[in-house]
Amino acid sequence: MNIHEYQTKELIKSYGVPVPDGRVAHNVDNAVTVAEDLGGERWVVKAQIHAGGRGKGGGVKVASSLDEVRQFTDQMIGSQLVTPQTGENGRLVQRVLVEQACDIKKEYYLGMIIDRGSQRITVIASASGGMDIEEVAKTQPEKVIREAVDPAVGLMEFQCRKIAANIGLRGKQIHEASKLMRALYKCFREKDALLAEINPLAEMNDGSLMALDAKMSFDGNALYRRPSITEFRDFDEEDPKEVEASGHGLNYIALDGNVGCIVNGAGLAMATMDSISFHKGKPANFLDVGGGASPEKVGNAFRIVLQDPNVKIILVNIFAGINRCDWIAEGLIKAMQDQKIEVPVVVRLAGTNVEKGAAMLEESGLDFIMAENLDDAATRVMAILGGQAS
Amino acid sequence: MSVFVHQSSRVIIQGFTGQHATFHAEESMENGTNVVGGVTPGKGGQTHLDRPVFDTVSQAVRETGADVSGIFVPPPFAADAIMEALEAGIGVVVVIADGIPVQDMVRVKRYAMDCNAIIIGPNTPGIITPAACKVGIMPSHIYTPGRIGVVSRSGTLNYEAVQQMTELGMGQSTSVGIGGDPVNGTDFVTVLRAFEEDPDTDAVIMIGEIGGPQEVDAAQWAKDNMSKPVVGFVAGVSAPPGRRMGHAGAIISGQADTANAKMDLMEELGVHVVRNPALIGETANRVFS
Repeated sequence: MNIHEYQTKELIKSYGVPVPDGRVAHNVDNAVTVAEDLGGERWVVKAQIHAGGRGKGGGVKVASSLDEVRQFTDQMIGSQLVTPQTGENGRLVQRVLVEQACDIKKEYYLGMIIDRGSQRITVIASASGGMDIEEVAKTQPEKVIREAVDPAVGLMEFQCRKIAANIGLRGKQIHEASKLMRALYKCFREKDALLAEINPLAEMNDGSLMALDAKMSFDGNALYRRPSITEFRDFDEEDPKEVEASGHGLNYIALDGNVGCIVNGAGLAMATMDSISFHKGKPANFLDVGGGASPEKVGNAFRIVLQDPNVKIILVNIFAGINRCDWIAEGLIKAMQDQKIEVPVVVRLAGTNVEKGAAMLEESGLDFIMAENLDDAATRVMAILGGQAS
Repeated sequence: MSVFVHQSSRVIIQGFTGQHATFHAEESMENGTNVVGGVTPGKGGQTHLDRPVFDTVSQAVRETGADVSGIFVPPPFAADAIMEALEAGIGVVVVIADGIPVQDMVRVKRYAMDCNAIIIGPNTPGIITPAACKVGIMPSHIYTPGRIGVVSRSGTLNYEAVQQMTELGMGQSTSVGIGGDPVNGTDFVTVLRAFEEDPDTDAVIMIGEIGGPQEVDAAQWAKDNMSKPVVGFVAGVSAPPGRRMGHAGAIISGQADTANAKMDLMEELGVHVVRNPALIGETANRVFS
């Protein structure tokens, strides 16, 4: 689960990570009041959306007067901000973070992830701040410092000092950075984070360190024990179809093709999409109905897939393990009867009670196009789409 | 011989008296698995499915000589249950739960360093040596005894591959689901090593997916150490970057995580890569015969 920059900064500040003075604002007057309260002569106005790359899209601006704070906030709030990560439609900006501008001497990178190689929480740091760390890792791998944390003892001070010295910090900065890293690590552990990124970590003119931009994401499987993080969830940042699907226990991700997919199991769902792609088609979505797929779940799956106007055909691919093909068939028949489905529906059933399920579909008299196996299913889908196009 | 679980394995089920555990324990027993008992804290002394129930895993091990445990407890309690099994000296721990917090697994893996045990999963359908021993939730009837090892991250894609194999008359020595989580007990390399050492396995089918380096690591290991052929597939060619495709671990975080990048590297390293998931069985049949 992702959260906004202003929420991340609130959170890490409470752990002792220094961040610029600032507050979130929901409208223009609000933003000006925040700037006045903060005082000073220059402020940074930052659009709050979950996607990165905001600076490139005009979502981060430095204001030299209260009028400019007003002007920039007015431009941002209510606009669709397009960044390299949002797609061409962009994201609606509903609030901005107003901060006091700081004078920066140098920028560093500091991140924490759960590294899949070492299978441990790993600190990543670099003297090349403000850049995409993956890019730095590719072009100058020697500039990226990695330090895995032993979960039995946690992030040790010597490790922090080592990281700080290796990215070129000196004198009392080493102790300051060490304190900052340990604070961030404590937050990472206590809130079940998957990622924390301070980019840039800024060195001020007076030599002190500050988290100028900060991003965190959290483990959805641990939210049951992290109620304070759950409160940060912003549904406006999520696809409404995906939110609705998760409410029904379905895992749905919208894509940009025209073949709607209803599958059980994440791996088979991906393989089904791949099979369509292999036959030069384009999947409209990823959808996993999960283990115990009741007829209701199948009905909901159809409803959600068909909310996408691009869907021209639906491919149902079920390999029943704990599921049973007759339950799925019951759901399919009911969905076809209740929802007046106008697009062709290709069905491939396999596994537990497959004969019974296939017989039910056959006897229903409804227009299901039955496929023998995965390849046959994808081939039939493409043949029908080809027929529609000509 | 098969790998990790065998005819001679003595299996206990943690969370034994729960609904799902009961259903799957019964199915396993009907298909030849030697379930010797189970653990449900607070229900020690009772009998369930004609087998003894214990309060703790160490009691169960002492009384039954169990060496394999199937963990069917819900995700919030799973890490504790795994460590209990490890502490009791269980050699193979199979973790079905989908949704264990990642940081719990980080700690479990640290704890496991001191134990000489294999953890299968989490987020796995389990492991099966057909007609001998099954610990998990997969449908036994699709598997047949044979000489090909199968290892996969996904459950249903494992079923898909096995069905394709069965239709062409290829059976399995053991089928291992290593699970869809980013931090898991056993990686591909460990399973490949076991298959390489198993005299009853002639070849291996390895099914991966987007996210993480382990398929390529495994291909590298196979190139350096394996005499048996490997057929490989990686799901998620059409998956968008940055999105979790159902499994917690199935996410493209960088170029190296993509399915095509992994399959290209695997191919270079000598794995027989299948690009169309519908042809896993056919490719295996061609390569292995």
